[in-house]
Amino acid sequence: MTTELEEYAARIEGLAHRLGLDYYPVDFEVAPQSLMTEIAVYGLPVRMPHWSFGVRYIHQLVRQSMGHSKIFEVMFPGDPCRAFLMDGNSLAENTLVTAHVLGHADFSKNNQLFARFHDMSGGNIVEKAAAHAHRIHQAIEAVGLEKVETVLDAALALESHVDVTGELHRARYAEFVKEKKRVVEGDFRKRFRTLPGESEPAAPPIGPLKTRVPPHPEFDLLWFIAQYAPDLEQWERDIFLAVRAESLYFYPVFACQIMNEGWASYWHARLLRDADFLPSPLYLDAIKAHSDVVRPFASGEQTALAINPYHLGFTLWEHIVERHGLDKARAVMKEEDDFGFIRNWLDAELAEKLDLFVYETRPGDEIRVANRDVGAVREAILAPKFNFGAPRVAAVEVKSDGGLVLAHEHTSDGRGLDAARARKVLEYTRRVWRRPVRLHTVNERAEPVELAA
Amino acid sequence: MTIRIAAETPWYDLFSRGARDWLRHNQKVRSAVKESLPDLLAGSDLITRPNRTVAVPVKFLEHSRFRLLDAQNGQGAGQGKGQPGDVLQPGKEEGSEPGEGGGNGNGEIKFVVELKVDEIVDWLWEELKLPELKPKRSATMDEPDYVREGWDKRGARSRLDRRKTMKEAVKRRAIQVDPVPITNDDLRFRQLMKRATPATNAAVIFALDVSGSMDEGQRRLAKQFFFFALQGIRRQYSKVETLFLAHAAEAWEFDESQFFQASSSGGTVTSGVAQLALQKMQARFDPSRYNTYFFYASDGENAAEDREPARAALAELAQVVNYAGYVETGGVATFRPRETQLAELFGELKARGCPVGVSHLGSQEDIWRAIREFFTEQSLEKAA
Repeated sequence: MTTELEEYAARIEGLAHRLGLDYYPVDFEVAPQSLMTEIAVYGLPVRMPHWSFGVRYIHQLVRQSMGHSKIFEVMFPGDPCRAFLMDGNSLAENTLVTAHVLGHADFSKNNQLFARFHDMSGGNIVEKAAAHAHRIHQAIEAVGLEKVETVLDAALALESHVDVTGELHRARYAEFVKEKKRVVEGDFRKRFRTLPGESEPAAPPIGPLKTRVPPHPEFDLLWFIAQYAPDLEQWERDIFLAVRAESLYFYPVFACQIMNEGWASYWHARLLRDADFLPSPLYLDAIKAHSDVVRPFASGEQTALAINPYHLGFTLWEHIVERHGLDKARAVMKEEDDFGFIRNWLDAELAEKLDLFVYETRPGDEIRVANRDVGAVREAILAPKFNFGAPRVAAVEVKSDGGLVLAHEHTSDGRGLDAARARKVLEYTRRVWRRPVRLHTVNERAEPVELAA
Repeated sequence: MTIRIAAETPWYDLFSRGARDWLRHNQKVRSAVKESLPDLLAGSDLITRPNRTVAVPVKFLEHSRFRLLDAQNGQGAGQGKGQPGDVLQPGKEEGSEPGEGGGNGNGEIKFVVELKVDEIVDWLWEELKLPELKPKRSATMDEPDYVREGWDKRGARSRLDRRKTMKEAVKRRAIQVDPVPITNDDLRFRQLMKRATPATNAAVIFALDVSGSMDEGQRRLAKQFFFFALQGIRRQYSKVETLFLAHAAEAWEFDESQFFQASSSGGTVTSGVAQLALQKMQARFDPSRYNTYFFYASDGENAAEDREPARAALAELAQVVNYAGYVETGGVATFRPRETQLAELFGELKARGCPVGVSHLGSQEDIWRAIREFFTEQSLEKAA
C-alpha cells in the first residue's frame, strides 16, 4: 500500500502546487492505532505525563471501542509539518487524508494567527514538546513524582489562561515607572506664577516609582505565576512555561477549527475531484469517506445538537469560492479566525440553507429549538470559543503577605464560576504560589463571593 | 518539497504513555478511596469476597479547571429541521427518578478498585483513630516460651550456627601459623532461654439471635458488624480463634459458613446462649491464656420469663471476657416506647462498671459508628 500511496501522494502534491497551495514540507508517518489514540489524548505525540491524560485516554479507548471515534489523521503545523496517518486506514482513506493534510498545511502557513505563532515559537512544536516531557521526567527523577505532579496539577488546570495576543517570550513588568507629573497645569497655576514675588523652589523629584504588581489585571495566569510566585523554584517555573508554550501552540488550532477543517475538507474534495489518475473504485471509496466526514448528522438522525465543524467549514468555503472566487477565499483564509469567519461569512441565507438553529436546555433536560436568527446562531457557535474556552480570570493583586488575589470578570462571562471546581483550582494554585490564594466571583444569585484556598 | 512516508515504527507499541498515566490515576484513586473509605464501605455497594478483597466501585477523578456555573437555560448551536418552540428532547416528568434503567446516558464510566481487606482495616484504624486493643494485664497472662539468646561452645548438633562457626575459624586462622581448617573450639551453638511472653491469643465469640423476629436485613447488618469487629481483633492478635453461636429458644454452635444461614422460628432465650458461651469458654479458652471478646447481636426482645436467668448469665460472662459488645438490630422505623429488655440488661452491666458496650444498628451507616464506639470504649475500659 505504501508505494501506491507514495505515488498518489506525489501526484496529488503536484496538483496542489498547480492549484496554488503553498505550504512547508510535510513529513508523513504511518502510525499504529495506539499512537494515534495517544496523540488524540495528549494533543502531541510526546507530551508531559499527567494523570488527567490517563482519564482522557480511557474515555478515548471506550469511545473507540464503541465506534464513536475514528482517527484518520493528525497533523502538526510547523516547518516541516508532521502528519500521522493511521495504519488501519484503507488506501482510499489515506489518499483522501493526504490531500486533507495538504489543505491543513496550506492553511497553517498562510493564516495570520498560525503564522504569528509559528514565528514566535519556531515550527518545531513536536520536538519542543518532547523536550519539555524529557525535562519533566528529569525533574521527577530529581524531586519525585509527587512534587512535580503538584506543579502540573496547577499548570495544566490553568492551561487555557494565557494571553493569546501576547508574546511567547514575555519580559517581566518594568521594575519602575516614571514619576508622574504631580500637578496639572491649569489656568490658576499659570496666573499664580505671574504674580510678583520670589519663585517657589522646585520640589525635589521623588524619582522613579516601583511598579505595582500586577500593574493591571493580568489574564496571562501561567506567565504571571511563573514570573511572580514568591518562592517558585526554577524547575517549577520551567514547567509553567512549558505548559504555556504548548498552550499557545494549541490556540490557533482551537481558534480556527471551523475554518481550518473546512479548508482542508474543501481541498481534499477539490484535489480528489481533479485527480484523474486515481482508479475509479478508489476515487469512489475516497469520496464516500469524504461524505462521512462532512455530513452534518449521525447516520439515521434528522437533527444534531452539535455542529460538525468539517461540514460547516466546508459549506462556507464552497460558498465563498463559488460567489467570490478562489482569490477572495484565500484572502479570507489568511485574515480571519473562526470569530471573523462565522460573523462575516455565515449569512442568514446560508444559515437557513444549513438549517442551523439555537437550542435551549431547560431544567428537567427538556431541549427546545429556541431561535433561528442568524445572529443568535453565530454567537451560539462561537460562545464555547470565547477566551480560549475558559472563564475570564485575572490576577489583580499581590497582598503584602504575598497572598494572590484573582478576580473573575463575571460581567463579560455573564455568570459566576462553579465554586467547587474553582476552589479545587485555587488549592492547586496555592500549593505552587505557597501563599493564600483568593478569588472574587459571583454565585448563582449574582451576589459577590470570595473563594479562598 | 517532498512527501516522505516513513516506515512503520514498531517501537510505538512498546510503551504506552496513556496507560502509564492511567495507572498513575488509579494510584491516586486508591489513595482517595482510602481517605473516604469509611463512607464508601457504609454504602451498599460493598461486596465482600471470599479471597479477602473488597471491590469498591469508584468514579474517575476530575482534574478541575475554572468553569462557569451551569446556565439556567443552557444554549447551544444545532442543525436540522425544527421551528422555534419545537421540542427536540422531552424533559423528564417532575419528580421522576433520574437515570433509571439505561437512561443515564451521559457516558459516565465507573470502574472497580479491588482492595485487600487487611489494607482496609489498617486504613480504617488510622481513619477512625481507633485505639489498639489492650490485652488483659494480669500476671497469669504470661506464657512461657523459648527464645534464642546468645551462643555457646557446646550444644546440640541441630543448633550449630554455621556462619558464626566459620567466622570464628577465620579469626583463629588469621593469627595462627599453619592453621588447621576447623577445630572444636570454633564451634558455636545457638542457645535457647526460657522467657515469659504475654499471651497474644484471642478468642472471639459471636452470638446471633436467629429467632423469627430477626429478618434478613438485620442479620446482614449483624454479619457486617461481626466481620469488621473480627478484622479489628485480628489486627491486634497473632492468633484469633472464633466461635459462632446461634440461638433462638435454644443455643447451638455453628461453623462460620452455616452461621448466618441458621434460622429458627422459636422465641428468644438469651440466657441459653450466654450459658453456652460460658461453657465453651471454660472448655476451650482458658481465660488466663486467651483474651476473649463476646459480641452479641439481637433485636433485643428476650422472652419475659428469661429476664432473670439472662441477667445472671450475662453478668457472669461480663466478668470473664475482655469485653462484651451488644448490638441491637432493628429498623429505625420500629417504634420503641422503651428500651428493650436486653438493652436494659446490658445497660445495667455497663452502669456497674463491667467492660460492656451497647450500640444500635439501624442501617449500614451505623456500622462504623458502632465499631468506633466499641473499640474506643474497650480501650477506655482497660485504661481505667
